[in-house]
Amino acid sequence: MHREAKLGLILLLTPLLLWLVLLIFIPHIDLFLVSMRERVGVGQYDLSFANYLTFFQEPLYLVTFLRTAVMSIFATILTLLIGFPVAYYIAKMAKGRTQSALFLLCLVPFWVSELVRTFGWMILLRETGIISNLLQSVGLANGPVEMLYNDAAIMVGLVYTSMLFMVVPLVTTLESLPDEVVEAGYDLGGNGLSVLREIIIPHAMPGIVSGSIVVFMLCLGNYLTPTMLGGKESLWFTELIYSQFIVRFNWELGAAFGFLLLILSSVIVWGMLRLTGQSLEKTMG
Amino acid sequence: MTPDLQCTNLTKQFGDSKAVDNVSFSVPAGSFFSILGPSGCGKTTIMRMIAGFLEPTSGDIQIKGNSVLNVPPNKRHVNMVFQHLALFPMMNIADNIGYGLRRAGMHKKDIGLKVDEALERIGLPGIGHRRVDELSGGQKQRVAIARCMVLEPDVLLLDEPLGALDLKLREHMKVELKNLQAAFDTTFVYITHDQSEALVMSDNIAVMNAGRFEQVGSAQDLYYRPDTAFVAGFVGDSNRWSGKVVKQDGGNALVQTTSGLTLRGATHGRALSEGDTIDAFVRPEAIRIAHNAEELANFDNQISGTVTSILFNGAASRVMVRDTAGHEEVAVNLPQSGEFANLSKGAPIHIGWASDQANCFAAGAA
Repeated sequence: MHREAKLGLILLLTPLLLWLVLLIFIPHIDLFLVSMRERVGVGQYDLSFANYLTFFQEPLYLVTFLRTAVMSIFATILTLLIGFPVAYYIAKMAKGRTQSALFLLCLVPFWVSELVRTFGWMILLRETGIISNLLQSVGLANGPVEMLYNDAAIMVGLVYTSMLFMVVPLVTTLESLPDEVVEAGYDLGGNGLSVLREIIIPHAMPGIVSGSIVVFMLCLGNYLTPTMLGGKESLWFTELIYSQFIVRFNWELGAAFGFLLLILSSVIVWGMLRLTGQSLEKTMG
Repeated sequence: MTPDLQCTNLTKQFGDSKAVDNVSFSVPAGSFFSILGPSGCGKTTIMRMIAGFLEPTSGDIQIKGNSVLNVPPNKRHVNMVFQHLALFPMMNIADNIGYGLRRAGMHKKDIGLKVDEALERIGLPGIGHRRVDELSGGQKQRVAIARCMVLEPDVLLLDEPLGALDLKLREHMKVELKNLQAAFDTTFVYITHDQSEALVMSDNIAVMNAGRFEQVGSAQDLYYRPDTAFVAGFVGDSNRWSGKVVKQDGGNALVQTTSGLTLRGATHGRALSEGDTIDAFVRPEAIRIAHNAEELANFDNQISGTVTSILFNGAASRVMVRDTAGHEEVAVNLPQSGEFANLSKGAPIHIGWASDQANCFAAGAA
């Protein structure tokens, strides 16, 4: 019996372990090993920190790296600020059919691929696009207005792409807040702001944190949106990784970049959890 | 003296239906007032209007003589204990109780003192640092009341707060709530659908049905002298018969029920004349039960019959008696003095009651 139970456990764990080892551990270990070698001749490699050194010596890499981090944080905050009222409305104010209809509306854009969604924004924002033409016909602009290929365009795209991943956890946590708790907050003398600060936000904190983590990681690792909406004017760190691997065929440097991105996202998420006093178990479990 | 709470011609319309229909009442300072009614009768609507979460369609609400119609809930000196208590799970007990004081801008040190005093008063000193989910149902109840009472409201509203508790605890909390009310000396307005909660705790009770008050009075008034058929049927248990007035003289009426049973009842001042269809109510505990007919000589209603069933329920045990002619089944309370311990199904039995105890109301009222 004991032996059978053990066998059952092993069989149950096997898929999970295979997934972890084959898809997470091995690639990352290999990535790390690749990043730690320096090509000294044809087919000859030495163990060194040269790739990491290159990263810190070349301002473009470092600046792009930090830019990506800061803009991802900013996009996360922006998504939260826009997503929270939306989620609150869906969870607490809308009732019945309206509620499900609104929720569905948040979901609808995700029925098409990210490429199509981003292209939709390009149609709106480009020089010959809808907004530009509208501004000209109204008389607010004299010539074509280019709104693509800048940081603002990336931000718009990132927020739009991430919205659902913020709204869903927020709606779930806000729905679990009983109406009478909010009413009690008012009844005992609280105003809108203090009820929000002392009751609604603390209750929604797990949703805010888990939504923010997901959105932040999606932004940081996004390739398509920054490439299409930012163009060459505003670089994203993933573009640098891509060019090292595919364009330059410098796998060693690309691997180092990839590893640095992993460290960066881990540090920022850890810092965010510490800052908000949440733990990963609390937000994900 | 101005009453703590006065509602005048209060009406609330939802679409086509009137949830609250022209209700007026006043609650004197320091008293325990209950609104008793079946679910959906509009009692929660009244409470939410007093608390400020709903605007009345018409009518006025005055607290300590001042109209609060355009005052938002957070500015009214009225606090509410919610049905599910609505303690803030993200705060500990002390922060829960201190929440209102913080909102009022009280000094931090004074808040601490007040919270400790409140915890002392509800008999739970030293639990301030605990989390809400560490408390039992009864403790949460007391914390929810303390959270309101530290603000010294003019009126405390309680929305069926005992509903979620189990039976034993509910019985205990009834007594405790009454004690807390006396200790804090505050006006309580309590809404419930449970008549025993209302009867035990209240100084005054309003029985509500379909948006209107049927009767306002003390527990004894409602129980012994119901004004309407609805009150007679809703408060306490009753045998209820429909019938016609055959003869009427003074305060008494001779009634023939639809099944053919003849009984004498009292109109208690209500205008009933011969031929009127009526409902007659007789409480099971108002009926005497005897082995011999002679014992019932002084009752003007006497029925001989057989026991059809015995419903044993401890002190509240009952027997069902069918009269010999087989017209009606009558529920009768079984005295627990031992003389009917051997009563069995099918045994012959005599029952009787005074016509005073048979309340007759014009039919169709409820």
